[in-house]
Amino acid sequence: MAVTRQPVQLRARRLGRHALLILCSLFFLGPFFWMLTTALKPAREVLVYPPILIPSSLHFENFSAAWNAAAFGTYLKNSLTVAGLDTVAQIISSALVAYGFARFRFRGRDALFAILLASMMIPWDVTMIPRYIEFKAFGWIDTLKPLIVPNFFGGPFFIFLLRQFLLGVPRELDEAARIDGANALTTFLLVIVPLLRPALIVVGVFEFFDAWNDYLGPLIFLNSDANYTLMLGIAQFHGMFTGQTNVQPLMAVTLIACIPPLIGFFLAQRHITQGIATTGIK
Amino acid sequence: MNMAVSSMRPRAARRLRWGRLTPYWFVLPWVVGLAVFTLGPLLFSLVISFFDWPIIGAHHFIGFDNYSTMFTNDPLFWQALGVTFKFAAIFVPLNLVSALLLAMLLSRPARGLSIYRTLFYLPAVVSGVALALVWGWVFDGQYGLLNYLLSLVGISGPDWLNDPHWTLLAMVIASLWSQGAAMLIFLAALKNIPVELYEAAGIDGAGRLMTFLRITIPMISPTILFNLITSIIAAFQTLTLALVMTNGGPVRATYFYALYVYQNAFQGFQMGYASANAWIMFLIIIALTLIVFKSSPRWVYYEGDVRGN
Repeated sequence: MAVTRQPVQLRARRLGRHALLILCSLFFLGPFFWMLTTALKPAREVLVYPPILIPSSLHFENFSAAWNAAAFGTYLKNSLTVAGLDTVAQIISSALVAYGFARFRFRGRDALFAILLASMMIPWDVTMIPRYIEFKAFGWIDTLKPLIVPNFFGGPFFIFLLRQFLLGVPRELDEAARIDGANALTTFLLVIVPLLRPALIVVGVFEFFDAWNDYLGPLIFLNSDANYTLMLGIAQFHGMFTGQTNVQPLMAVTLIACIPPLIGFFLAQRHITQGIATTGIK
Repeated sequence: MNMAVSSMRPRAARRLRWGRLTPYWFVLPWVVGLAVFTLGPLLFSLVISFFDWPIIGAHHFIGFDNYSTMFTNDPLFWQALGVTFKFAAIFVPLNLVSALLLAMLLSRPARGLSIYRTLFYLPAVVSGVALALVWGWVFDGQYGLLNYLLSLVGISGPDWLNDPHWTLLAMVIASLWSQGAAMLIFLAALKNIPVELYEAAGIDGAGRLMTFLRITIPMISPTILFNLITSIIAAFQTLTLALVMTNGGPVRATYFYALYVYQNAFQGFQMGYASANAWIMFLIIIALTLIVFKSSPRWVYYEGDVRGN
């Protein structure tokens, strides 16, 4: 009896788990689906109740119509400039600093590293005002510089991530290079960078997400329409209308804006999953 | 072999290349960045919090006036503080519990597991403006998806973003959408628990709840601490959602503290006052983090810790 009962119970439990997994998927996917169906519908099917989940016909021209409703091409160019430069800058600078922390003993290292960890806790709200005053003095307001230049100096979270990764990599290879007479920079470029590759992908993708999705930075530092990033432009487009009148073009443009991070995620998925996993375990 | 080769090179040249200053060159970019973009501004912010500092025009020292005005003569300060604490009190526990439950759901083998993991993480990739706009449309009181789904099970949903009783809860729900990172961190921690512990508990006849409370929770407690602190910090800095979705409304039901700081600085142009506001938030975050850390020896278990039993 017990022998035959066990599999039935197990199967019931397994089915229950799958039902739960599907239910959770609805929560995470539902809004994506809602955005997609709203963007693709004939306009007359958007503001109706009960909502039409499966459109009677698909209208891909909604995307081009929405795209042309504001200067989204310009915003896209700015976003690509900022996110692209930020990504490259962050990878290079964070890797250099992480190498310094992970592979050398030097006076003040532990104190500096403690400061690095503590600096992650400083809220953005505290530094945004002085940064605004500072950038204004530099003449950087209403340029893309405030969004780009700080990334050339390494981000504490990424430095931490790369340092943890390097600590887990045996030192034999870089020590061998050193014994062979390579200087520090050559060792870094020819030995450390290839070793760090999976972690550098994580840094690059995360920085790209951050820069691409950033709203507060562009909101505070940019004034003129020609300099807007995509997210700032979309938020502005949202604010130009009241109620639900522009919800269809809004969803169409938002969907387009989601595509680059989604592509980045799928390309680097395996590395990201591992990268995040290592941050929480210290 | 290598020894022989390298000893033939001039010693001095080698010392020059790997000198005592070498590590400093590598960490220099971060040190400069810290001074110019973080610590400098941090100190500057503290200084101007004691000034009347309009965005244009003369500024002058006013001592603790900004701080005393905030506490004694600015109802918006208390409103913003109240909204933020209320949000954090609902969001932080919900975020931890749901991320842990999802991770547990994903930690045991099942078909299609990696697909579910991807799906659950996906929203974390599009946080910010996109999240706010999509959920704004989901929450639409008239045509929104959520109220339609609720009506299917016989519930008449509220006008989420226009009814002050429900707006903050709507923001909590929208924020839970991007909990993917916390979930993945829990998942990694769960996978690190040695199987032998569960086997031993099974032999001892421990039930599922007992196993969860006595093995799972203690073993992942360092990760709970990590996610708890990052959730608290995230909750206190919530701004984009409020700016894009509600602009603090209706009747300031979602008037987050970060929104209050932002408006004082960039709409009221009172840089000194807003800096004082921001420092209070910073002190609150430091205090909360310290409280959590101080309490942690009582509930966080570190493997390899030798402690009296």
